[in-house]
Amino acid sequence: MPISASFLRQRETALAGIIILLIFLVGLRAPIFLTPSSFREVFSDTSILIILALGEMTVILTRGIDLSVASNLALTGMLTAMLSVAAPSLPGIVHLALAALMGLALGAINGLLVWRVGIPSIVVTLGTLSIYRGVIFPLRGGAWVNSNEMSPSFLGFPRFTLLGLDIFSWLAILIAIAIWFVLAHARFGRKLYAAGGNPRAAVYTGIDPAREQFVAFCISGALAGLCGYLWVSRYAVAYVETALGFELQVIAACVIGGISIAGGIGRVIGCVLGALFLGVVKNALPTIGVSPFWQMGISGVVIVIAVILNARGERREGRRILRPATA
Amino acid sequence: MQRRQVLAASAALGLAFSAGSSFAADKARIAMVVKALGIGFFEAAHRGGDEAAKELGNLELIYTGPTTTTAEGQIETVNSLIAQRVNAIAITANDTDALVPILKRAMQRGISVISWDSAVAPAGRQANLEPSSTKLIGETLVKLAAAPIAGKGEIAILSTTPTATNQNNWIAAMKEALPSQAGLKLITTVYGEDLADKSYRETVALLQGHPEVKVIVAPTSIGIVAAAQAVEDQHKVGQVFVTGLGLPSELVGHVKQGSVASFAIWNPVDLGYAAVYMAYDIASGKVKPSPGASFPVGRLGARSLDDKGNAVLGPPTIYDKSNVEQAAKLF
Repeated sequence: MPISASFLRQRETALAGIIILLIFLVGLRAPIFLTPSSFREVFSDTSILIILALGEMTVILTRGIDLSVASNLALTGMLTAMLSVAAPSLPGIVHLALAALMGLALGAINGLLVWRVGIPSIVVTLGTLSIYRGVIFPLRGGAWVNSNEMSPSFLGFPRFTLLGLDIFSWLAILIAIAIWFVLAHARFGRKLYAAGGNPRAAVYTGIDPAREQFVAFCISGALAGLCGYLWVSRYAVAYVETALGFELQVIAACVIGGISIAGGIGRVIGCVLGALFLGVVKNALPTIGVSPFWQMGISGVVIVIAVILNARGERREGRRILRPATA
Repeated sequence: MQRRQVLAASAALGLAFSAGSSFAADKARIAMVVKALGIGFFEAAHRGGDEAAKELGNLELIYTGPTTTTAEGQIETVNSLIAQRVNAIAITANDTDALVPILKRAMQRGISVISWDSAVAPAGRQANLEPSSTKLIGETLVKLAAAPIAGKGEIAILSTTPTATNQNNWIAAMKEALPSQAGLKLITTVYGEDLADKSYRETVALLQGHPEVKVIVAPTSIGIVAAAQAVEDQHKVGQVFVTGLGLPSELVGHVKQGSVASFAIWNPVDLGYAAVYMAYDIASGKVKPSPGASFPVGRLGARSLDDKGNAVLGPPTIYDKSNVEQAAKLF
């Protein structure tokens, strides 16, 4: 098959087309949406969703699901914010690293329960979804951490602009490239696909699918933790309800991006486009002044249409342990 | 879980028969149910409630609520309070109507019920304490919107959800008071759903789509913080002012930054104080909650019920650079 034809038939191309069409249609109503500054704003706004979706994707690839990402984000966000209150001189990059480490620890708890105790991931993370958020309350008696309590370095670091893009956007781009490289070209990443694509066959090749799930949960947790810092810094407030219910948007981004809930199928570019699609919808609706009563319904309909268009032509070609590297 | 609920329900039923006037001898127990635990405003109201409880003496105050602002969470809370057989419930409701059935059940069991801050529909309570009158709030919001732009320019409103009772009433009152400032023009109302990210996004869209807007009025504590942050991030400080209702401790940073010039809030300490007094007045049989009834509320004097069962605390206080830091230490 010629390269151009296969490119056109790929679902990611279709999704990118839908996003461009959507941006164009919104631009007709509100020309301001088509300006470079508006693109930058939408991308920056979507960067947290992109990073979370990439983490979620690694878990879904191994036939798992991580419902605790938003709670992990809220807890690490609160912890880093409190750290900023306690140690105002800490530079932003240290906050970022510590947030990722804390998130990694929370993700590892999920992973260990799945791997060592053998509980299905949906049950484990349904539990930790409540636990992680529940822990936030006693940390500070439920009181908010407000912008004036956060240090200038805590608030300033993600807002730092480099070559026209802020750190939010750069982190999303760098993490997407890193995850792409690992999933497509590192043995470490290929094992995740194998574990989710055909767990039984994977066992015969010496891969422990449950252990791979543990690895995926660690990645997802670390990225969620990192986003905890980004989120709290962006909105300059940490409280119990930070990002309440956001895990559903993260999973939606993966599904729109063509990550198969059955595991083993999905590409980084699809995941990023899925998140961008949601980001564009979320930013477009207020820009064109859609009635708030319709906003939820419209975004739901648009998501379903995108998934239908996107899912057409998906074929599973027989049983394989590992598909060729396309991610 | 199921069994525990059945047990709790039957225990409540059994106790209900003996409920009633056993209260004079024992310590009265009044439950203060808030929208969610941990919100600074309600913590301050709790302080006022404790103050009232201390003054009244013969009283144990139970401060409780769900951890997230849902009606479902409050229904569970009220359920357990019925089982604990408290004497009175003073609630600020997450939903006007959803709580009516469970509060009706509480009243059937002899528990006195009042609402404060966010009202319950009349069928679900015996009296309601408004933090301020809707009219006074509308007038204050218009005054706040006019202040930083000398009464001349375009303004917009950032609300929570389009179905939030409080928000809609205040916005309606604001629209009524607008003609008093002929130079102000209300362009649009947007909805941030009380979520930091949505409110922030709505504000950015507003700043881009309506560059003529000079003041954003956000009568919501999450909304005003998110809008102020968005104005700062968009480098519009000094050109666009955010105002509305919020807590001094949550806004002090934004007042210093200049994105918020002034804002208002009623005194939550007084509100909690008066709510506990009213609940006590009814539960102890001192005051019959009928139209025109006058409730003694300690150091605040008395407040009387109108024909819809509402009492009003007073006008909100305006905070700006001069007094915000002092108030921020309190709530």
